[in-house]
Amino acid sequence: MKENIKKVLLLGSGALKIGEAGEFDYSGSQALKALKEEGIETVLINPNIATVQTSEGVADKIYFLPVTPYFVEKVIDKERPDGVLLSFGGQTALNCGVALYKEGVFEKYGTRVLGTPVQAIMDTEDRELFVKKLDEIDVKTIKSEACENIEQARRAAKDLGYPVIIRAAYALGGLGSGFCDNEEELNVLAEKAFSFSPQVLVEKSLKGWKEVEYEVVRDRFDNCITVCNMENFDPLGIHTGESIVIAPSQTLTNSEYHKLRELAIRIIRHIGIVGECNVQYAFDPESEDYRVIEVNARLSRSSALASKATGYPLAFVAAKLGLGYGLFDLKNSVTKTTSAFFEPALDYVVCKIPRWDLGKFHGVDRELGSSMKSVGEVMAIGRTFEEAIQKGLRMIGQGMHGFVENKELVISDIDKALREPTDKRIFVISKAMRAGYTVDQIHELTKIDKWFLYKLENIMETSKELHEWGNNHIQLSELPKELLYQAKRQGFSDFQVARAIGWQGDMEDGILAVRQYRKSVGIVPVVKQIDTLAAEYPAQTNYLYLTYSGTANDIHYLGDHKSIVVLGSGAYRIGSSVEFDWCGVQALNTIRKEGYRSVMINYNPETVSTDYDMCDRLYFDELTFERVMDILDLENPHGVIVSTGGQIPNNLAMRLDGQKVNILGTSAKSIDNAEDRDKFSAMLDRIGVDQPEWSALTSMDDINAFIQKVGFPVLVRPSYVLSGAAMNVCSNQEELERFLQLAANVSKKHPVVVSQFIEHAKEVEMDAVAQNGEIVAYAISEHIEFAGVHSGDATIQFPPQKLYVETVRRIKRISRQIAKELNISGPFNIQFLARDNDIKVIECNLRASRSFPFVSKVLKINFIELATKVMLGLPVEKPEKNLFDLDYVGIKASQFSFNRLQKADPVLGVDMASTGEVGCIGEDTSCAILKSMLSVGYRIPEKNILLSTGAARQKVDMLQAAKALKKKGYNLYATGGTSKFLTENGIENTRVYWPSEEGHPQALEMLHKKEIDMVVNIPRDLSVGELTNGYKIRRAAIDLNIPLITNARLASAFINAFCSMTIDDIAIKSWDEYK
Amino acid sequence: MRNVTLILDDGSRFSGKSFGYEKPVAGEVVFNTAMTGYPESLTDPSYAGQLMTLTYPLVGNYGVPPFTFAENGLPTFMESEKIHAEAIIVSDYSERYNHWNAVESLADWLKREQVPGITGIDTRELTKVLREHGVMMGKIVFDDEIENGELTIDNYGDINYVDRVSCKDIIVYAGNESRTFSVDTPKEELNSQLSIVNCQLKKVLLVDCGVKANIIRCLLKRNVEVIRVPWDYDFNGLDFDGLFISNGPGDPDTCDAAVQNIRKAMQNEKLPIFGICMGNQLLSKAGGAKIYKLKYGHRSHNQPVRMVGTERCFITSQNHGYAVDNNTLGTDWEPLFINMNDGSNEGIRHKRNPWFSAQFHPEAASGPTDTEFLFDEFVKLI
Repeated sequence: MKENIKKVLLLGSGALKIGEAGEFDYSGSQALKALKEEGIETVLINPNIATVQTSEGVADKIYFLPVTPYFVEKVIDKERPDGVLLSFGGQTALNCGVALYKEGVFEKYGTRVLGTPVQAIMDTEDRELFVKKLDEIDVKTIKSEACENIEQARRAAKDLGYPVIIRAAYALGGLGSGFCDNEEELNVLAEKAFSFSPQVLVEKSLKGWKEVEYEVVRDRFDNCITVCNMENFDPLGIHTGESIVIAPSQTLTNSEYHKLRELAIRIIRHIGIVGECNVQYAFDPESEDYRVIEVNARLSRSSALASKATGYPLAFVAAKLGLGYGLFDLKNSVTKTTSAFFEPALDYVVCKIPRWDLGKFHGVDRELGSSMKSVGEVMAIGRTFEEAIQKGLRMIGQGMHGFVENKELVISDIDKALREPTDKRIFVISKAMRAGYTVDQIHELTKIDKWFLYKLENIMETSKELHEWGNNHIQLSELPKELLYQAKRQGFSDFQVARAIGWQGDMEDGILAVRQYRKSVGIVPVVKQIDTLAAEYPAQTNYLYLTYSGTANDIHYLGDHKSIVVLGSGAYRIGSSVEFDWCGVQALNTIRKEGYRSVMINYNPETVSTDYDMCDRLYFDELTFERVMDILDLENPHGVIVSTGGQIPNNLAMRLDGQKVNILGTSAKSIDNAEDRDKFSAMLDRIGVDQPEWSALTSMDDINAFIQKVGFPVLVRPSYVLSGAAMNVCSNQEELERFLQLAANVSKKHPVVVSQFIEHAKEVEMDAVAQNGEIVAYAISEHIEFAGVHSGDATIQFPPQKLYVETVRRIKRISRQIAKELNISGPFNIQFLARDNDIKVIECNLRASRSFPFVSKVLKINFIELATKVMLGLPVEKPEKNLFDLDYVGIKASQFSFNRLQKADPVLGVDMASTGEVGCIGEDTSCAILKSMLSVGYRIPEKNILLSTGAARQKVDMLQAAKALKKKGYNLYATGGTSKFLTENGIENTRVYWPSEEGHPQALEMLHKKEIDMVVNIPRDLSVGELTNGYKIRRAAIDLNIPLITNARLASAFINAFCSMTIDDIAIKSWDEYK
Repeated sequence: MRNVTLILDDGSRFSGKSFGYEKPVAGEVVFNTAMTGYPESLTDPSYAGQLMTLTYPLVGNYGVPPFTFAENGLPTFMESEKIHAEAIIVSDYSERYNHWNAVESLADWLKREQVPGITGIDTRELTKVLREHGVMMGKIVFDDEIENGELTIDNYGDINYVDRVSCKDIIVYAGNESRTFSVDTPKEELNSQLSIVNCQLKKVLLVDCGVKANIIRCLLKRNVEVIRVPWDYDFNGLDFDGLFISNGPGDPDTCDAAVQNIRKAMQNEKLPIFGICMGNQLLSKAGGAKIYKLKYGHRSHNQPVRMVGTERCFITSQNHGYAVDNNTLGTDWEPLFINMNDGSNEGIRHKRNPWFSAQFHPEAASGPTDTEFLFDEFVKLI
């Protein structure tokens, strides 16, 4: 079979979104590597320009195009691949593949679907077929009724008895699903589910059962293995993407483990998977009864986690099996000597914890349920459960120090908070234990297996012992070694120890004191390898973690100062995701190429940088000061790179520098001078660079005086922020005062900065690399939206098409000044405001920014490679080419996941809300805009468009676009003010009414009846949205899956694009064809 | 918990704490990489004489099921009537457990059966030492009595562990029933008694070298009568339809009596024979092959084997320290399974006669159940 495959098409998953994130960059990259190894020519379709898989050399041809049947067929027509891989790009690729198969496209072009046959995929995706299929082999499923309309759904629920769960068929990550306790709730949820899928499933809820997953692999010779099993800490009822997950299972006996394993193999054989699939079970905590929840006939988030948890490269192996190999043909990629046909034995425990960013959204429902809301995840490895979970709770990066010694949570009703899980539940458990709740009580309320609770209680008991000791002692040097060791084995950080014993004074000093003391008594972590075989065979790879449960290191350190340590970017979150993974990987590649030993520290299982093949040593561990120092003590590296992993490593720069760590590139002091707004502004004043008026505020009087001078609105933010965490625009006194209270919670060490907010200004970005203060390469890009939309949410155009030459000149000059003043060596990014030719600097980061992969790929100059060379002290030449030479345009557009975030107001502001992005290239702005907007899920509307265009200024902004729509033959519907404005300007439209108004047609009603194909709703101002008319319209559009745009400039750009060209005008060109 | 030290023959020392029965102990230190199944492993007679190190660090999580017995005398959840391992060595013992079917903690069970258990050991490092050096004798001593804790260590290979763990009587199982006979019962009398137990069922004679209960359960499930005899009992002359040779502890070279009896039985070329683990080694020896000791054995749930000459591969449960030397198989014999990791023998078959065996454990318990079909094949032959 494998010999006649010469060219293979792989479908990517597009922009990162909730339920479909970086894990598919990892699986796609692995698959491409597997194909490349076979000498097969590879073609990739993925508009996500920030991914590693869309980097040069990973695939032979890369198309930055939407993964939709239309575009994929066009590419197939052009490229004529022999085979196609559908299971490496998540639900997006799978759905697209199934659609193409049904349309007969693969058959038409003679393209073979490699791996799992499409019929098998359909058998698992269609609930009814799935149940029937498993019935054939006597495997129990959760019986559900497939309903085509809401009456059927109501009847089914009544028959099954409440509570029931509702699911939309063919939806990723549980989209449009949820629990209903009564008919009222069912009505609401079912309507939403039907908007995503013509088929909705109603089934009996098994709340409280255990949830267990198996990752299963099968080759075409019918050989099967289960690579890993995983158990959810949270019982059934919480989506597995929202659960804390433990691998391997902890509470299953041998007979239970193997009963489910045997079933998983029976299922994969019967369905006929060739490659990998995931089987999810509900498991009765009181017997060996079970139900199969679902089977994912593709690589999934769980399979990426399983790969990282075990060291078994599932995607790589699945790709090889798709080519026709048997498992017996392949080698274990860790030992390189033993067979790939085996099941990993772990000698550690792995804990996955989701990362939520619900705080970023106005009005969002914080309760966790059967639909996914988390935006990222972390994986912690330890040799005790306590160690793994405490590591993990620090890794999620939400200011927590572990299970204990955190800032006290304010909870009015602990019982309720335990019963109704939110993103904070684990901390509620901690609070409950501190308050004296017993394990039995907590179990009763949460249904979490008591074993997990016992383990958490161990942590609490150690904490109490430390507190007790602290109450009676002052001298740290008297802390019993046994107690300290016990705490460290249970994953206590030095900070936690210091706080628990009641350290008086600065906590930074406390951390250092504990560190020094424990080192003096010989309590240091050891390094262990993840080797897939629990030390039975020697490992050839260095996939490592640190633990206190051990006495010896697996690694023999040479102390040759040949290592370069790159600090990774941690959990994906809003504002920091796959783009920093790309940066990290490029840095590793360059380090290797230049003859150094590349070392990565990171803990995000969804990334390529945590693939042990990407570097010489991978420490899958925390990016805290303590752990990084532990590793540096062992590695003795030549130096450390902190500028390619986003804000987490950047924030460590000063403290590492304080310990005499060699930070490569720009000095820590310069980083601090740029990060500390106070120092940075003073510097700008000194070199005569303009900036919005600002003030560092420590008292309310200062604030009032400042605002007297500049007037509202003002932008308020603390120092050291990424993605505008706790940053807000305040339009009046009341907002300001409320916000300052919130902001004060976030950062104590640095003063809050208030700056003048300039409206209707353009935002321009400078991404660059400098060496010894001189710029080597740069890229200037402009935002489509006016300032006020966070740069991570904005639509970005590169090269800029509408900047004055003078503006560009000034930006270059200012950037040169700043680079010189801070003596930058490495990557940096500056954000500017431009109104007319008046340029102000908003922010400067002496690290790679979110747009580095985008500009690098559009310009075809690898900025990180250049920057890494600079940081290694190697000579670099200024590239010949610059942005004015490009005959094409790149557009970076943002992906939002509001459909996942129930009740959140889908409106954009200075706080970032997007979960991902795409970058597309076109001959002109319209072409690139159209590709990129289609890539993030917009559709070209068919006929009816609803407009409510906000304040007067925005109404004017939208006028041309409205005219274009009319000319193109669209029917315009508009709310009161907008309707009047349009009519006055001679544009025919139909007035519709707000929910608060009497009269017909009602806007909401039209949305529910699916009479509207696109909604443009521009909020009037930037204040926090309460439950207004606008919110109801926006939310309805999201819930009913109707494209929504909330920014006038973006709406205009999109409308102009689809009015001036059709989808057929879009050229199907690969990346390398843009020259 | 008292501090203990594990001292290996090469002088390596590992410190930990005692959580089981408090007595010093010595034995062959081996490692097992399975992630579940400590009740099954501890009661597996093949671990007799060994200090069992579990590489999976978290142990004791789901407690211990009740030590109950079925009507036919077989334990309900365990693999024999008691713990056979000399001690258990873990990294992180779970003092508190939770499972609906548990009645006591692992610590309580160990104490009840007077078996030491130690925790807090760097089991990964210990495993690496064993991997590099090969399995070694070792002893667990209590730090506060390290002086008078001198233990004499017998050499594992010198002891006939099979004799220690094998049954002493003849036990006949049929369905839910069982009957016991003395080994001194004359064969004619036995034969007539056996038919009375259940005359319709085919009879499998099981040579008990330390048989795991699940082997008997697997046979009974397939509707045969099992006649379990002591390892050195000369069963020739009894009426039976198939011969089964069980697993067992120790060095197969100490079991010559069994080999002689098997050879005698092989004079009937039509008699189906099936062996597991030690049974594979004894059948091989009966066929003329030689056995050697593996450096550190196979003890895990994830050993891949391939059926020779096919594309069929299986994940198997294993527990053995000795292996059959493929090169010494007689011309009438051929390897049936090969270990995909190290190429060692995992089973043999006779080229003409219905004789075959597996080095791994098709009965699982604990471990994967992929190869249970071998029992079907055997029962089909008789």
